[in-house]
Amino acid sequence: MVSATVDQGVRTADGVPLKIKLQRAERARKLKAIALVLPLFLFIVITFAVPIGVMLFNAIYDPSIARLMPKTSAVLAEWDGQDLPPEAAFAAVVEDMKQAQIEKTPVAAIGKRLNYEIPGIRSKIIATGRQVAKLEGTGPFKEALIEINPMWGERETWNVIKRSSASYTDFYLLNALDYRYNADNHIQHRPANQAVFQDIFIRTIEISVMVTLATLLLGFPVAYLLATLPPKTSNLLMIMVLLPFWTSLLVRTTAWVVLLQTQGVVNDTLIWLGILDDRVQLIFNRIGTIVAMTHIQLPFTLLPIFSVMKTIPTTHVRAARSLGAGQFYAFWRVYFPQTVPGIAAGCLLTFILSLGYYITPALVGGPKDQMISYFVALYTNREVNWGMASALGAVLLAATLVLYFVYNKLVGVDRMKFG
Amino acid sequence: MAVPAYATPIERAWYYIFRAICAAVLVFLIAPILVIMPLSFNPEPYFTYPLPGFSLRWYEDFFGSARWLDALKSSVIVAVCTTILATTLGTTAALGLSRANFPARSVVMSILISPMIVPVVITAVGMYFFYADVGLINSYPGLVLAHTALATPFVVIVVTATLMGFDHSLSRAAQGLGAKPMTVFFKVIMPLILPGLISGALFAFVTSFDEVVVVLFIASPEQRTLPKQMFSGIREQISPTITAAATLLILFATIMLTTVELLRRRSERLRGIRN
Repeated sequence: MVSATVDQGVRTADGVPLKIKLQRAERARKLKAIALVLPLFLFIVITFAVPIGVMLFNAIYDPSIARLMPKTSAVLAEWDGQDLPPEAAFAAVVEDMKQAQIEKTPVAAIGKRLNYEIPGIRSKIIATGRQVAKLEGTGPFKEALIEINPMWGERETWNVIKRSSASYTDFYLLNALDYRYNADNHIQHRPANQAVFQDIFIRTIEISVMVTLATLLLGFPVAYLLATLPPKTSNLLMIMVLLPFWTSLLVRTTAWVVLLQTQGVVNDTLIWLGILDDRVQLIFNRIGTIVAMTHIQLPFTLLPIFSVMKTIPTTHVRAARSLGAGQFYAFWRVYFPQTVPGIAAGCLLTFILSLGYYITPALVGGPKDQMISYFVALYTNREVNWGMASALGAVLLAATLVLYFVYNKLVGVDRMKFG
Repeated sequence: MAVPAYATPIERAWYYIFRAICAAVLVFLIAPILVIMPLSFNPEPYFTYPLPGFSLRWYEDFFGSARWLDALKSSVIVAVCTTILATTLGTTAALGLSRANFPARSVVMSILISPMIVPVVITAVGMYFFYADVGLINSYPGLVLAHTALATPFVVIVVTATLMGFDHSLSRAAQGLGAKPMTVFFKVIMPLILPGLISGALFAFVTSFDEVVVVLFIASPEQRTLPKQMFSGIREQISPTITAAATLLILFATIMLTTVELLRRRSERLRGIRN
């Protein structure tokens, strides 16, 4: 049947049915298009996506205890977590620590890892490591270890070691969300005085919301002005929007540091104008952070609104006016609703980008204005706690990707434009 | 948009208030840039007006210091390599993406654009872990690869936008007349999309030239770039030399902006889009 219908169709010069020939050509064209995109796709996957995958993996994978205390890990795997572990576990700890001394792997590394879970345990572990070297014979070691430090007689210590000896751990991710395991191995919310990350996430969202609102409030009127002015004037004024956009982020941040200093230009001007009697602190606090971030993000909010406004026919408002609407009514009921897609695009973009700010708050903010990115950097470089850095990064990445998905559905990446 | 003759006094007042608000916002946008430039000519190491005189000492400082010049050199090397790599990869991909019925176009596009959206710190930390494993850390190639990943989204967006208005029958005509794919690209497509291509390249250059977070994570002191030098400068004690560097960078941004604007107009003319 199929061949019969095809046979009736038109054929090309070499006798192949046209339909098949066309399909082949289409397929070849599609493959060619894919071949053109493939190099960049692979490049992005290897240089960008894989590194991020490595980071995400670091958030759940930490083999340090399993590697540093192999015997203890093996014994504790059998232990049910009730009461104290058997004598074998105590002997394993002694053996692992002696082995660590021989191989010159620092016992401090064990202490550091366990310290993430029980603050203050690090010095006790190091002390134990030193004392264990003096222990002779084949045991039993239970009494000896508890004598060295009473923490070895506590069930929680052993539970923590058992939990951390698993290479795949949810500890860092739980910690990033301010959750932890209690002594009974149940997940619970951290007490308020230990719940540090929640505050940082809330602060990050707070700053981002404020910056987004500020850019909308400042950007909307200017976008409207630029969209309604004759092209010659608006092109000229557009330079004032685009020049900051093209200027190095560090230059703009430097400028704000210079301007907002207590002895700086803004303070001088405000005093000269008589608005202030005394110099006020404008930098290294929330004011400085919001001002500088708003300045940097303003074009990102303004430009999408502007390009949507450009497409709104001026006749709409004129029609509304001639039908008797007042100036504000016509604007609010006829013009404004048509700008909503632009507002959504601009604000969403600014909000997404604000969530990840690092450099600007680090330079013009105070300790209480540092956003989540700052702590990712801090845990990577200064604390060298990569698990924690990765877990915080994972939470930030998840939030960003969800918003990016919404942006894609709402605006579409194709519509992203510059200038 | 002048005040119409029939405007009520309130509308008239609002018109001027509105203009004043806009003027204030535009001043807010441009003021930091305008204020910092004169300060770089201040003979005294202060950041206050009025200036007691005029001097080029901070520029002499900038051009006389090996630290700043090395930083400038590193920045230019990395940015030029990044531009070449990013423009090539980005343009090729944009050509593929702009073909009709590209499969799963929006998904592929959003993956290619994602380096622009993902917070730079996350990118930097991931690269720090991964590039250390494969031996790319503290090296120029590593930095160039990292910057290229960050810069290609701009090239893809700008070139794809340019290709939107491109008349594909032109390349089909060239093909029909017997031109090889390479010839079609270099003789027909490229001259027409050249303004967009250059704009994309400039975006890539600026992205790399400005980037500081990834540099802080994966570069050694040997690859100290201009932004890194400025960053540590602001962190410690702002020396007025930074204002000289900033002024030079503003000048650079102005040239970039002008070029891109001129190219955009030319591109619109070439593609027959009239305002």
